[in-house]
Amino acid sequence: MQFGFLLEQVVNGLVLGGYYLLIALGLSLIFSVGGVVNLAHGAFYALGAYASVEITRYLGFGPAIVLSPIAVGMLGILFERFILRRFYDADPILSLLVTFGLAMVAEQAIRIVWGAAPLSAAIPQALRGSVIVGDFLFSRYRLLILAVVAVVLLAIWLLLHKTSFGRVVRAGIQRPDMVAVLGIRLQPYMTAIVMLGVGMAAMGGAFFAPITIVHPAMGAEIITVAFVVVVIGGLGSFWGVVIAAMLVGVVRGITIHFVPAAGEASIYVLMFLILLVRPRGLLGERIEKFE
Amino acid sequence: MTRTSRRTLLKGSAAFAGAAAIGFPAISYGQSEKIKIGHLTPLTGFLGALGAYAQLGIRMAEEEINQAGGVMGRQLDITSEDSVNPATAATKAQRMLDQDGALVLMGEINSASALTIMQVAERNKKLFMQIGARSDALRGKNCNKYTFHVDIPSTVMVNAVGKALVRDNMMKDKKFYTLTADYIFGHDLGRAAKAFFDANGGKIAGDELVATDVTDFSPYLLKIRQAKPDIVCSNLAGNQVTNLIKQYAEFGLPYPIVGFNLNTADAWAAGDGNLSGTWPTVWYHTSEVPSSRTFVTNFTKKYNKPPENHAWIEYVSLKMMAQAMNETKSTDTTKLIAYFEKETQFDVLKARKAYFRSWDHQLMQEAYPFTVKAKGQAKDKWDMLVLGGAIPAANESLESIALTKEQNPCSM
Repeated sequence: MQFGFLLEQVVNGLVLGGYYLLIALGLSLIFSVGGVVNLAHGAFYALGAYASVEITRYLGFGPAIVLSPIAVGMLGILFERFILRRFYDADPILSLLVTFGLAMVAEQAIRIVWGAAPLSAAIPQALRGSVIVGDFLFSRYRLLILAVVAVVLLAIWLLLHKTSFGRVVRAGIQRPDMVAVLGIRLQPYMTAIVMLGVGMAAMGGAFFAPITIVHPAMGAEIITVAFVVVVIGGLGSFWGVVIAAMLVGVVRGITIHFVPAAGEASIYVLMFLILLVRPRGLLGERIEKFE
Repeated sequence: MTRTSRRTLLKGSAAFAGAAAIGFPAISYGQSEKIKIGHLTPLTGFLGALGAYAQLGIRMAEEEINQAGGVMGRQLDITSEDSVNPATAATKAQRMLDQDGALVLMGEINSASALTIMQVAERNKKLFMQIGARSDALRGKNCNKYTFHVDIPSTVMVNAVGKALVRDNMMKDKKFYTLTADYIFGHDLGRAAKAFFDANGGKIAGDELVATDVTDFSPYLLKIRQAKPDIVCSNLAGNQVTNLIKQYAEFGLPYPIVGFNLNTADAWAAGDGNLSGTWPTVWYHTSEVPSSRTFVTNFTKKYNKPPENHAWIEYVSLKMMAQAMNETKSTDTTKLIAYFEKETQFDVLKARKAYFRSWDHQLMQEAYPFTVKAKGQAKDKWDMLVLGGAIPAANESLESIALTKEQNPCSM
């Protein structure tokens, strides 16, 4: 019986990992291609949540899940074009400072526009409740999130590995100088990557708005976990991030099963241990510009 | 690096000197007249939403008092800041006393931060009106002569809901699964809950500590399902409560859920149809008491939304402080303490007047259990809760729901 309970936590952790992935994958892509740690990534997650609550009010839940990431993705284009672009070649501390500052500005902007009190949001009646598969209990809503994450993941993988767009991006991660020599400007690709990345973060926010509290600081809360996932997974590795997200979800679930109070601390211990053994993360590649 | 030219520097200095000559005397003249009050409340973190309401409440009272001529003919000047965390709260409190010239300190919601500010107040021999933190320990083993506590403590909340549960046959021989916030307030609330269960025949099927920054409760919900309790009970705080309520509804577990702590803002943020069960509150904006209705009308007109319980409590707290200063004609700490310790009666916009109990400095006042309105019965999105009858009943002493001298180790 005990083993069955534990297995249920593992499966639940995998589902949660899927959600972490939505936020971490974009962060990792922007980091890998642009060499910029986007500390404002959480702000886009929060904006996604707020936008979806607003859109749900007028058009319903379905359109909100689609429109909110698109709207935030557009904002991402502006963010890349007018801010991020200036910092690809600069001292990394500058991009850290500027995105950190932007995260604070965004949080305060949310406070000004929507107020400091949290917004109310709920999942549609049809998606409530849980289903029992075998011995395991699943939230119906989270299964939907998992399905969408799987589709998004597949789409991103195909984009990176089966298209000419992806070839340039992957080459750009490893040897931006060679890409430049071939006469390809990386900048438009970077714009697209940022748009995709923050769009995914916004989708994460839109999906989680009905089941977690929607408040101005929600972006700051998620960025830490997303960052841990990226570090554990390793830079430049698609599957590294995927495995890391699942691992973080599972380790947290198992820890809560045995020592509930240590649940949130467990993911940092995990990061510490993995970095001790593999300083580049699980599947991190050797990337010259970061060495 | 940009270099400042000598010319720019000179111009800047000249402008600064000019402004100082014209502006500063006027400002400092104004300041010496005003009564300065240092106000700290969490504006960020898991209690930030409550702190935002707290600020609105105290600001409104400040404006009303100042428009009516101030206190002893002097205007109130409240400096309000984010207390951030216990260490920062203490640093800011000390600075407010040392540098800003604050005569008294007010505010707080976080019990851990309140504790550090209480220590600053004691060290500096200044009054601290601790408004919104609810841990028993603050008015118990950590109590001090310089601090007065306004909000209902853990034990009162447990008594308010517990009595309703006993009445509804949801206590004796029932198995409770409790989730407890992992900091001083939660530990305290958990202890009070356990004492109530023990005294009234409730059983504990499981009790988990939950870190204050937890947003995903799914692993806890699975453990609850595995334990098959009769009732799930929340001893959580702030954002935790909202997250739990939302995800409890998401998973649709069959066990009824109740809680010993909930603020109206947490309930409003829970989302349509997610909240159920019995919970405690110190005040709710649908109260029928006439003075309370006037306050709600004015607040709603000013801020376009009804007041949350933290807005109400800050409002009445500043009014009590102003009354104390007016009546004693003083801002002197010793005189103010003596005034409150006389168990002076205050109008806190409730059916019965309230007073600070002399030996533990806790405000004795009514509390209420509440349940949730059925779908379709709410007038608007703020109108979610059905207030139960005031506890204690009109014929009982206000102290009957508070900790007794035997239960409360406070000695000053």
